[in-house]
Amino acid sequence: MIGGLFIYNHKGEVLISRVYRDDIGRNAVDAFRVNVIHARQQVRSPVTNIARTSFFHVKRSNIWLAAVTKQNVNAAMVFEFLYKMCDVMTAYFGKISEENIKNNFVLIYELLDEILDFGYPQNSETGALKTFITQTGIKSQSKEEQSQITSQVTGQIGWRREGIKYRRNELFLDVLESVNLLMSPQGQVLSAHVSGRVVMKSYLSGMPECKFGMNDKIVIDKQGKGGGATGQSIAIDDCTFHQCVRLSKFDAERSISFIPPDGECELMRYRTTKDIILPFRVIPLVREVGRTKLEVKVVIKSNFKPSLLAQKIEVRIPTPLNTSGVQVICMKGKAKYKASENAIVWKIKRMAGMKESQISAEIELLPTNDKKKWARPPISMNFEVPFAPSGLKVRYLKVFEPKLNYSDHDVIKWVRYIGRSGIYETRC
Amino acid sequence: MEWANQLCENRQFGSKMTDSKYFTTTKKGEIFELKAELNSDKKEKKKEAVKKVIASMTVGKDVSALFPDVVNCMQTDNLELKKLVYLYLMNYAKSQPDMAIMAVNTFVKDCEDANPLIRALAVRTMGCIRVDKITEYLCEPLRKCLKDEDPYVRKTAAVCVAKLHDINAQLVEDQGFLDTLKDLISDSNPMVVANAVAALSEIAESHPNSNLLDLNPQSINKLLTALNECTEWGQIFILDCLANYTPRDDRESQSICERVTPRLSHANSAVVLSAVKVLMKFMEMLPKDLDYYGTLLKKLAPPLVTLLSAEPELQYVALRNINLIVQKRPEILKHEMKVFFVKYNDPIYVKLEKLDIMIRLASQANIAQVLAELKEYATEVDVDFVRKAVRAIGRCAIKVEQSAERCVSTLLDLIQTKVNYVVQEAIVVIKDIFRKYPNKYESVIATLCENLDSLDEPEARAAMIWIVGEYAERIDNADELLESFLEGFHDESTQVQLQLLTAIVKLFLKKPTETQELVQQVLSLATQDSDNPDLRDRGYIYWRLLSTDPVAAKEVVLAEKPLISEETDLIEPTLLEELICHIGTLASVYHKPPSAFVEGSRGVMHKRLPARTGSGESTESPDVGTAAGGSAPEAAPSIIPSQGDLLGDLLNLDMAPPTTTGPPPPNTGMQMGGMDLLGGGLDSLLGGDIGGSPAMGAGFGAAPAVMPASLNAPVGGGLGDLFDLGGGVGMPMGAYIPPKTVWLPAMKAKGLEISGTFARRAGVIQMELILTNKAMSVMTDFAIQFNRNSFGLAPAGPLQVLTPLGPNQTIEVSLPLSTVGPVMKMDPLNNLQVAVKNNIDVFYFSCQYPISMLFVEDGKMERQVFLATWKDIPNDNESQFQIKDCHLNSDAASSKLQGSNIFTIAKRTVEGQDMLYMSIKLSNGIWVLAELRVQAGNPNYTISLKCRAPEVSQCVFQCYEAVLKN
Repeated sequence: MIGGLFIYNHKGEVLISRVYRDDIGRNAVDAFRVNVIHARQQVRSPVTNIARTSFFHVKRSNIWLAAVTKQNVNAAMVFEFLYKMCDVMTAYFGKISEENIKNNFVLIYELLDEILDFGYPQNSETGALKTFITQTGIKSQSKEEQSQITSQVTGQIGWRREGIKYRRNELFLDVLESVNLLMSPQGQVLSAHVSGRVVMKSYLSGMPECKFGMNDKIVIDKQGKGGGATGQSIAIDDCTFHQCVRLSKFDAERSISFIPPDGECELMRYRTTKDIILPFRVIPLVREVGRTKLEVKVVIKSNFKPSLLAQKIEVRIPTPLNTSGVQVICMKGKAKYKASENAIVWKIKRMAGMKESQISAEIELLPTNDKKKWARPPISMNFEVPFAPSGLKVRYLKVFEPKLNYSDHDVIKWVRYIGRSGIYETRC
Repeated sequence: MEWANQLCENRQFGSKMTDSKYFTTTKKGEIFELKAELNSDKKEKKKEAVKKVIASMTVGKDVSALFPDVVNCMQTDNLELKKLVYLYLMNYAKSQPDMAIMAVNTFVKDCEDANPLIRALAVRTMGCIRVDKITEYLCEPLRKCLKDEDPYVRKTAAVCVAKLHDINAQLVEDQGFLDTLKDLISDSNPMVVANAVAALSEIAESHPNSNLLDLNPQSINKLLTALNECTEWGQIFILDCLANYTPRDDRESQSICERVTPRLSHANSAVVLSAVKVLMKFMEMLPKDLDYYGTLLKKLAPPLVTLLSAEPELQYVALRNINLIVQKRPEILKHEMKVFFVKYNDPIYVKLEKLDIMIRLASQANIAQVLAELKEYATEVDVDFVRKAVRAIGRCAIKVEQSAERCVSTLLDLIQTKVNYVVQEAIVVIKDIFRKYPNKYESVIATLCENLDSLDEPEARAAMIWIVGEYAERIDNADELLESFLEGFHDESTQVQLQLLTAIVKLFLKKPTETQELVQQVLSLATQDSDNPDLRDRGYIYWRLLSTDPVAAKEVVLAEKPLISEETDLIEPTLLEELICHIGTLASVYHKPPSAFVEGSRGVMHKRLPARTGSGESTESPDVGTAAGGSAPEAAPSIIPSQGDLLGDLLNLDMAPPTTTGPPPPNTGMQMGGMDLLGGGLDSLLGGDIGGSPAMGAGFGAAPAVMPASLNAPVGGGLGDLFDLGGGVGMPMGAYIPPKTVWLPAMKAKGLEISGTFARRAGVIQMELILTNKAMSVMTDFAIQFNRNSFGLAPAGPLQVLTPLGPNQTIEVSLPLSTVGPVMKMDPLNNLQVAVKNNIDVFYFSCQYPISMLFVEDGKMERQVFLATWKDIPNDNESQFQIKDCHLNSDAASSKLQGSNIFTIAKRTVEGQDMLYMSIKLSNGIWVLAELRVQAGNPNYTISLKCRAPEVSQCVFQCYEAVLKN
């Protein structure tokens, strides 16, 4: 298990050092500094073995977090723990910076004592931790409060405390997707996938039992036998869930049920590759006029409902290294040649669905004797659209709280879809 | 402390200050000041002072002088202050043991506090204080806390047992904490269960033979239930523990798999990887034609792909593991090539790993895409990455024949770039392509020769020299080229020197007339002016060979080389199996067994995959070939797959692999037990003609550590003579010797048939073999080697076959064995994997030895000791068997067993039933106690076996049966 945990600043000075195991000596702190932080060469691996001692590190801005061990530990667990540790610290005091760490070193030691015992990670959900590790010191608690804390920390629902009350029960669901594409000049899709996240922000009283439903093909097909067609469904390649979701239930019935943590959490992540709605189509046309001139014409077509608006559209057209001058004409938005980036950047603030726009450019080239042809990097695109390119639809999110007197109807629910471009490229 | 001073200034500027000010106390005399503050009456001031102390401690200052003052602050209601004092105590208690005692009372009191948080805090901290006197006081509070009503206290106490065990293992056993810990596995609270599992797993690691975790279907069921309820960390502990379990049959295996698969959708990558480990391991047991097997394979791919969208550090861990999974079960990810394409922003360690996996997945179907990518990568900036990409292109050529031509032309393009390291790397891989496709691409040699001058790395120089020597007849100025290298002979690295020597000898044999002077020059350089023994020996051998029999020299040096195989950098199968059992852990990241980087006894136990279909495993006659469940004997092709494995060592074949993987090659030498059978200098020559060039092998391949490193490798043949082994006719001692069975049928071994048995004669274990030559040609040069096995059996001398074995001839040989060889647990326990070599080939078989061979002569236990030991061994370790149809009376049985070193210590008769108490001692010191019940007139005996290592019971029982019935 984890033998010790150190936090260093960018110079390699120790800010926090907590040793859990006897086999880790004080010299381990220095070994990491000398061999990794001050190493002449860039670090080639996040796991380093120095004299039979293994160091795992992650960096947040210029702060190094290192876990150290002499055993054959679960490496994935150590990294997950380090990330979690960062999350917890951020939840307590904001950005992880040298100043914040020094300002909160007592708190950090207290947290480290709680979330790592003899190197075994323990409950590290901020929701639970905040009930009994506070910066103000614990006020004298009643016996009930104490046992409530301990049962929550060790309980099955370690991420939520009991007795939460809101006057207005409200929840927000964000379906955030990033759509990735590689397309050939002829418009053939070489690869496309969507990686999506469902982020939930909930302000619900009590211990609400929630059930989330979406247009998952497997579920719809199962129900479809009785009810007939219920619109489009999507095939999900793979998904992972926040620890509040009952996985065995998902595995057996494919239903997503859970008691959410209070506030924000990433309920699920998913990946799809089939039937993706590509919000934009890029049609490039590059013509070489002699050896010193290029003519480029790029058409973009928006491919969604005319009532919807795409935002923050940016098309990046690479230019050869020996470009000497560029003239651009575009129908919409603004376009500029950026010599430092070797690209023409075309920006459009908004664009409705089923529209088309065009840019044409003349690129002057300096004659070179470089025989190598220009590699023609792909044209890339950025945008944001108010729908989910995977086609995912939230069908319902039901809330039951049997002990309190509010019902599913009383909960105010908000659902929002945002599709963003990931790596969205068209070869030219 | 610069920043501390800076902060100090900040304060003067009135910036917002909180705890960071405590880092500023660095002046002289501060200890004195702190002392005063610690003893202050004001609570706030005290707390401030303790904070300052902790801050100093963090930056590495010695504040142990303040010990008594800090401990004085311990008695407080303020939890925050208390925690700080505890933190201090944990750090300094060890250096001030006497003072630390002062704290004991407070701890004991706190353990009884009404507030569960304080109880837990006290027990948690106490466990971290490694002072003997305090540990004594810890026992009582710990015992209470283990049974506390509050789960938070219990889960903390569970971990505390592990802490205490780390300080004083004996104490934990004496106090019975292990049993309490075992009980906690059935606790109602999932987190308590998880911590108990974690603690027990760790304790069990340092007691490999204890049956601490006692995994059985019931306890497994409990764990699987807790799995659904506990935190993500708890799920990891439980899954890692489950992975140590071996299901009894495929049905149980399937049902566990079914309950583990939901974990694949967990957001925590470590949970996913641990679940993958369990599935990969248990899948071994499922029959391949089962529908579920296919379903499971399909279920594994998506979560593995999803791992690649995690943070880069986790991606790295995932990729290192995927690398193993792809080697073990390529079918899982064969369609997922694209996800391993390198992204521009990936950190370098992710890029290198992805590249490695891409090559493993490359196939005819996707080779075009892969090559296009690799060509892209070869133009990147990072030197290591570019080199690896170039090597990858070469590996593609070797792996997918259809792509070879395109690969070669791509490599030539790259050579045209004249980028130094690209050119060198390309030449190294082209040499391998020549080895794989001889007489196909030699037209490029001219281009290669143009770059001769730019080569400055030994590996590239050696490769180029090899090419020149190998194709000397086609290169007009080969002699000039080689001569130019010869000028700086002594400045070259050994690798290049050896290569140059061989190349010039080759050249001489091809063009004797023009190069006589050159060869003499190099021979004298190697033999007279060099103090490198390898070089000198090789030089002498060439010299003598050339001077005595040039024709023979030609046959040896210019012999046809075996082709190199496609996958040369695969991890050796047994190591791979072990690493699969360690998925997710550091071992899987380093690609080394835990014993290679963990000190002490922890993790030294070798893990193995279970054998397919757990039932029907107790075969009595050794079944040849597949007994070991798909390990070496089955997997070994006629072309040796990788250097560094046992078989490679046997012949000392240097099959130069095209590349090595990114991280330093695992230091496998110590497990290999490699034995230099050919001995002496001869092998460097022999290795030379068979393998092309030993030097290159050593250079391209892994570490020189693959050379003989076995502790007990018997070199020289003297040992065998000590024991009179006249053709295997020993003196019968009354010990049971199983009849000889055929271990290696002639069909499988190119005409060599081996049958044999094991015997123990005069305290020496012997393997008695009958070798029959059923082929048409004479067999010579016999040698034998064992794989690691459960009891460390190893040949104590070479195989004594002195005369060549003619066709249809049979010879009986006795091979004395020692039990001090490398140990690895086998399944079944008494399985032995053997490699036998002769002049034709290397052959593998596995056989099972009767465990009675290992029963030593001084196995008679004192009565008193027997009684005490019998009581001492837990009843769980007792196993009972029936021996049917045995018509001996108890005395006859007793004397018969005595012949096999099974000693009767006492006999008791109760109501016509004879109870015989017996003891056995195994060669590795394990005692087995037995109670044999014989009822007069009843041919069925009942036998109860008790042993601290219960896994041997089954084998011992088989021995009883065999001895009594023969």
